Amino acid sequence: MLRYISKRLLYILMTLFLIVTVTFFLMRAAPGGPFSSEKQVPPEIEKNLNEFYGLDRPWYNQYFDYLVSIAKWDFGPSFKYKGQTVNDLINEGFPVSFFLGMESLLLAISIGVLLGIIAALNHNKWQDYTAMVLAVLGISVPSFIMASILQYFLAIKLGLFPVARWESLQHTVLPALALAATPMAFIARLTRSSMLEVLSNDYIRTAKAKGLSRGQITVKHAVRNALLPVVTYLGPLSAQILTGSFVIEKIFGIPGLGSHFVTSISNRDYTTIMGVTVFYSILLLVAVLLVDIAYGFIDPRIKLAGGKKGE
Amino acid sequence: MEKLLEVKNLEVSFQTYGGEVQAVRGVSFHLNKGETLAIVGESGSGKSVTSQTIMRLIPTPPGKIKSGQIIFNGEDLVKKTDKEMEQIRGKEIGMIFQDPMTSLNPTMKVGHQIMEVLIKHQKMSKSAAKERAIELLRLVGIPMPEKRVNQYPHEFSGGMRQRAMIAVALASNPKLLIADEPTTALDVTIQAQILELMKDLQKKTGTSIIFITHDLGVVANVADRVAVMYAGKIVEMGTVDEIFYDPRHPYTWGLLASMPSLDSDDQTELAAIPGSPPDLTNPPKGDAFAPRNPYAMKIDFEMEPPMFKVSDTHYAATWLLHPDAPKVEPPEAVKKRLRKLSSNYEKPVVVKESE
Ligand SMILES: Nc1ncnc2c1ncn2[C@@H]1O[C@H](COP(=O)(O)OP(=O)(O)OP(=O)(O)O)[C@@H](O)[C@H]1O
Ligand SMILES: [Mg+2]
Repeated sequence: MLRYISKRLLYILMTLFLIVTVTFFLMRAAPGGPFSSEKQVPPEIEKNLNEFYGLDRPWYNQYFDYLVSIAKWDFGPSFKYKGQTVNDLINEGFPVSFFLGMESLLLAISIGVLLGIIAALNHNKWQDYTAMVLAVLGISVPSFIMASILQYFLAIKLGLFPVARWESLQHTVLPALALAATPMAFIARLTRSSMLEVLSNDYIRTAKAKGLSRGQITVKHAVRNALLPVVTYLGPLSAQILTGSFVIEKIFGIPGLGSHFVTSISNRDYTTIMGVTVFYSILLLVAVLLVDIAYGFIDPRIKLAGGKKGE
Repeated sequence: MEKLLEVKNLEVSFQTYGGEVQAVRGVSFHLNKGETLAIVGESGSGKSVTSQTIMRLIPTPPGKIKSGQIIFNGEDLVKKTDKEMEQIRGKEIGMIFQDPMTSLNPTMKVGHQIMEVLIKHQKMSKSAAKERAIELLRLVGIPMPEKRVNQYPHEFSGGMRQRAMIAVALASNPKLLIADEPTTALDVTIQAQILELMKDLQKKTGTSIIFITHDLGVVANVADRVAVMYAGKIVEMGTVDEIFYDPRHPYTWGLLASMPSLDSDDQTELAAIPGSPPDLTNPPKGDAFAPRNPYAMKIDFEMEPPMFKVSDTHYAATWLLHPDAPKVEPPEAVKKRLRKLSSNYEKPVVVKESE
């Protein structure tokens, strides 16, 4: 187990190194610099700025310095927010994004799984059809449209929730729902099909032959096994919620890391773009690792030994 | 002899896109206390559907019990609600299935799967159930049960899993054990061990057993009586001796002739019955076996034969037992084993429908 984890951590480091390198050179390859903007900066000032941020030095020096500082968890100063480092931005924005992400994750999993189970238990009945129509809608409607729909109906028409901003728990509901809609629909479909598969297994018949009730069979034998594929999906799901948060945070005016990221892209705020990209990568890689470890605990057939699955 | 189970004129159908599949078409038999009845027949003859209907395990829909009674312990199981059946399944009737690889839940400890039965039906506490589960594992011949009880099915071999399944089925001391091809998926040596175990356990517990198989070879070993099924009907039924030494139905002859026998070294052809069973969506008029029956007469294609009683315990549904039927010789392989049984009536008697 320890061996497995250390091996995985090593892979994560290697992946990170690649990501840092690729983002670094992509950023350099992109046209325009942080200080070339609509408003012309006098050439002397631009020279000074470049000197101050070390942009005049050869690329390999810049690259090496960047690697070292990242290893020290220092993402450097922001090019656009005066006097703020990228670390400041992350420390400030991430808790907000984290809260939003977790809330959506919980919503997506709990409602998605519930819908999937209800649909499977009522296979080919109206509950099944309703849940699956909802799921298709959830998958096909993009989150920014979902956000506007929710804002229009639940906030403007019915006045149940605030339209935007980030002040109280009330404010978090709509953005979390908008962000959760697509993953929720995915999870519902995944749970349904996996549940149907599990219900057709011989051991479900065995459970019935033991005299267990429908409820007992569902809870003790079916759901647990049906959720295994859903657990696998949690990795990609985190990624989906992360990227979804960029748009949603912008729409709802939420001061999270996602909206900082989007702003920094339009600002050509290189250090912020790179810093946040690396930070998100770490987050995702760790999430995937956690999912895999969790999977090993849930499914006794999988042994986490030396990176090989199975016996 | 006291009857534990009596199935009367059971009919079960499945509604499918292709039409109504009449899987069981009027099956009647009984089972005495402590007795083992083997049900044999080719694939698709309705053995599993019959046994699962007794447990009310067939999915409804598409399945439907169209008519008949299943009198178990004096009560008709057909009339019971699903909730009432929960008190019968696993408690009064235990069931073992064909494939021990898939019949146990892969993510639940084997011990736990046994304990479930004990907790549900014997109202045992968790710790008492665990103790009992260990005892049961020992009883079914699993070594180191204290350790095995905490293991998962994938840590068991096929034979061990079937033993564990037997422990599950017997956990609540059921009066009836239904074993649906319990050894088909196992190696020959393991098969013999499992059969031995079942006989042994029956001696200890006095359970009645319905043993389903398509292998007549194992029947002689385990059963007291045999029912031969074809196309959803019982075509012949009798004691093991009657079926093996005095078979009357051409289908039984076919089965016996295709059975490799240990006592004959001469390699007479193992004649598998040619042809295939009829489509049960449109069962043929007359005797369903007639198209594959070399002894078929004109009437076999016109009218279903009634049940003839050959002795108190021996029944067969074939026109060959009619007084007007010509005398025919069974195939060579069968003829060799024929014996005169003293219990036979002078002449076969037609069984009236109402009986
Ligand atoms: N759920 C179902 N839907 C439709 N038809 C079914 C269903 N279950 C069984 N049948 C049909 O019922 C008939 C009898 O099947 P059954 O499983 O009882 O055969 P069997 O004698 O047990 O055969 P085997 O030796 O292969 O187990 C078959 O024709 C089968 O196709
Ligand atoms: Mg079967």
